[in-house]
Formats: sequence, C-alpha cells, structure tokens
Amino acid sequence: MARDMSDKEILKMELDQLQKEVKTERMPVSVTAKELSDWVEGQVGEDPLVKGIPEDKNPYKEKGESTLGREEWFQNPSCEWK
Amino acid sequence: KDDVIAAASAARARRSGRVGLATASRSTSDPHPAEMATHELHPNDTLTTLKMESENLKAKLEEERAKLHDVELHQVAEKIEALGQFVMKTRRTLKGHGNKVLCMDWCKDKRRIVSSSQDGKVIVWDAFTTNKEHAVTMPCTWVMACAYAPSGCAVACGGLDNKCSVYPLSLDKNENLAAKKKSVAMHTNYLSACSFTNSDMQILTSSGDGTCALWDVESGQLLQSFHGHGADVLCLDLAPSETGNTFVSGGCDKKANVWDMRSGQCIQSFETHESDINSVRYYPSGDAFASGSDDATCRLYDLRADREVAIYSKESIIFGASSVDFSLSGRLLFGGYNDYTINVWDVLKGNRVSILFGHENRVSTLRVSPDGTAFCSGSWDHTLRIWA
Repeated sequence: MARDMSDKEILKMELDQLQKEVKTERMPVSVTAKELSDWVEGQVGEDPLVKGIPEDKNPYKEKGESTLGREEWFQNPSCEWK
Repeated sequence: KDDVIAAASAARARRSGRVGLATASRSTSDPHPAEMATHELHPNDTLTTLKMESENLKAKLEEERAKLHDVELHQVAEKIEALGQFVMKTRRTLKGHGNKVLCMDWCKDKRRIVSSSQDGKVIVWDAFTTNKEHAVTMPCTWVMACAYAPSGCAVACGGLDNKCSVYPLSLDKNENLAAKKKSVAMHTNYLSACSFTNSDMQILTSSGDGTCALWDVESGQLLQSFHGHGADVLCLDLAPSETGNTFVSGGCDKKANVWDMRSGQCIQSFETHESDINSVRYYPSGDAFASGSDDATCRLYDLRADREVAIYSKESIIFGASSVDFSLSGRLLFGGYNDYTINVWDVLKGNRVSILFGHENRVSTLRVSPDGTAFCSGSWDHTLRIWA
C-alpha cells in the first residue's frame, strides 16, 4: 500500500512504470482527434441533453408519472439476488 | 464564500487526511513485499539517483508524446457547428439526507438513484417521483462511495469503515436491509469509490490506501489488486464494456492511471494536473477520458495519442472540480465544482457553454443518466438535483 512504502520504494515503482510507458505505441493527435470528433458528431444528433427534449416527452416534466413499476423491475430476469 | 475559501485552504493543508482525520505518516520501514516491486532495490540507489532517472524518463516520455502532438483538438473541431443556447433547469430536488451528499449513482432503469452521505445514510430514490424507496444506516459516517448493481437489485457502499459492502434491495419496505448486508472489500484506509463491473458479482474499489482492487462479491475474495499510485486514490471509472477490460483511476499524486483489469498492470499514466484528481470518466467511445481536479481544471486525455488533448478552464474558475461526466454523445462535459456551480463544457471546441446555479454548497458528485436524458448532482447542501 502506498502509505506503507518508503519514498524510495515509491520512486522505484514510478521508474518501473515509466520505463514501460516510454515504449507505448502512440498515434498522432491529428488522427485520433479527428476520429474522436467524428465519433461525437455521429452521435450528437441522438444526445438528449444537446438537442433538448420537447416538454411533452421530458420524463421529468410532470411529477409522479411513471412508466415502469417497481414490481415489473424486480421481475427482471437479470436480477441475480433472488 | 469566505468559509469555502478557508475550507479549501485547510483541505490543501491536509493532503493525506481527506476527511480531516489524523493519519499515520509514511514510514520508512523494511522493503515492501515482493508482489509490489519488480526489482530489488540496490544499495547504490539513493533517493537522488532514482529521482534523476525518473526525471529523465519523464522528459523522454514527454518528447515521444510531443512528436505526435501535431494538432490541437479544438483546431480539428473548428469546422463543427457551435452549440446553441442551453436551457437546463433543476427538475427535481431530492431532500432527505441529514448531511453532505458525497456520492450518487444511477440505476440502469434510468429513474432510480442511490446516494450516500456524511451522516452515514444510503438512500435509494425514485427520481421521477422523488420518493425514497430504501434507506440504510451504515455503521460509519462519511460514506464516500456508493454504486448501483447492474441488475438494479442491490447497491454497494463504503467510506470511513475501509470496506465496501453490498446490500441486496427488497420489495418489502419493512425488511431490514442491514440484515442481508454482505461485506466484500477490505482496504487499509477509507474507501473512496466503488463500481460494479458488468455483473452484480464483481466490484472494483479505490482507496485512501493508494490501491485499487477487484473483488468477487459472493466470496469476498480479492481477485486482483492495482498498485502504482503514490498516494490516496480518489476515483475510478470502468471503460465502456465494448472497449475491453480496462479502467482509469485518479489520485492525490496528481496521476491518472489506466489499468488492465486482468493483469493488474498499469498500461498508461498521465500526470499533467497540478493537484488531486477528484474524478475521472471515460469518453463514451472508450478512446479517451476526462478528469476533474482541485487545480480548478478539467482535462481530456486521448488514449491512442497517449496525451492530454484539452484543458477546460477559465481564469474566473478558481475552485476545484469535484466530479465530471459526459453527455451521451460525448459532446458535453458537465463539471461539478467546489464553488457550488456546475459548468458545462463543449468537449471538442474547449469553451464553456453554460453555468448552472442552484446548489447552496459544494457540488460533490455528478452523473448523467444511463439514457442521457438528464443528469443528477449531489451537494454538501444535503440535496441532490436532477437537471434536464
């Protein structure tokens, strides 16, 4: 645990890690940044917080309207705790 | 505000005592068990020579990274249409905690939320109706971490008790949840964050003891431990399941580390923040992650370019960012800050698009809902707010 290590041991750990990382394969930012922004642009049309939700479709507009009951949810077969 | 400034300075002074407790100073005892070090320490390795070697390697690493830093993210994003005006309001206020809200998490059903507080209570809410569905009182105060299980049938939490415990939830309101509690993780210092993997049966934890760990819930067995941080680990986030078995952690050593869950190895490490990293969050595509820090900035790190590619900051923002999360597409980054506000950033262009007021004390936790329709913030003002 870091708290139990001496400063020297922590430095050694850091050194080992740096030696590994210098050899990491990297790609140029021009390539990765373009792919990042292309990915976002492809998704942004479906991003509710970016494009906004019409008031009538906003689940938080009216208090108390629920679409999924608790019983329904607990019958969910993926629940491993039954 | 003066109280906040005083608190912030006091917090900086207590670097290793995140919650103001006296903690043991680092000991210079016998070499640590072999599992942690990959080399024997030579008698000739003085602190100075190790430091020099470390500085040299860091410089080399920066050189290698700089060679590929041929353009800035916001330059690539110049041609993209700017975002319009944002109208995000508080749609719900969840009141019920008796003290600072420290952590929250969404259920996959997109409407339930679990939150934990300094008063030792863990509450499960229905965010649509604001009803409290379950409440558990932990045997400790400062429950700094909580998480919802993927199935929605259990929650995990922990804090100053140094443990992570799992509570199966019950339909029966009268049932005492504490009776079925399962103790899973044991650290030697406070639990700062926890997250289920993509199953109810494994939990990933981070701790003030400087490590992260992966646990089997059923047996409580330690499956893998992650050593590499030089100080308290404050946060973690799992990569989106499609991108494989990695997670990112951030700590008081100003480092953000990316780990291979199977081998326990640190694959990549980033040290550009100037203070504690309070929050880390993967970009939805899995190719990058964002961080929020006490240095009042949020940053974006590109994993394939292996470097920081954006800093989200303003001269007027001088308080730490405690919690960050992306909108569904990754175009927006929401940051909760210690000056009580939430800043909304255009991830690609780098500018702030909105500032949200409402909380009456530090924002300590923030998560976007699973379907991206809203986000929830928790605060030291004892409340949680749902924004949409």
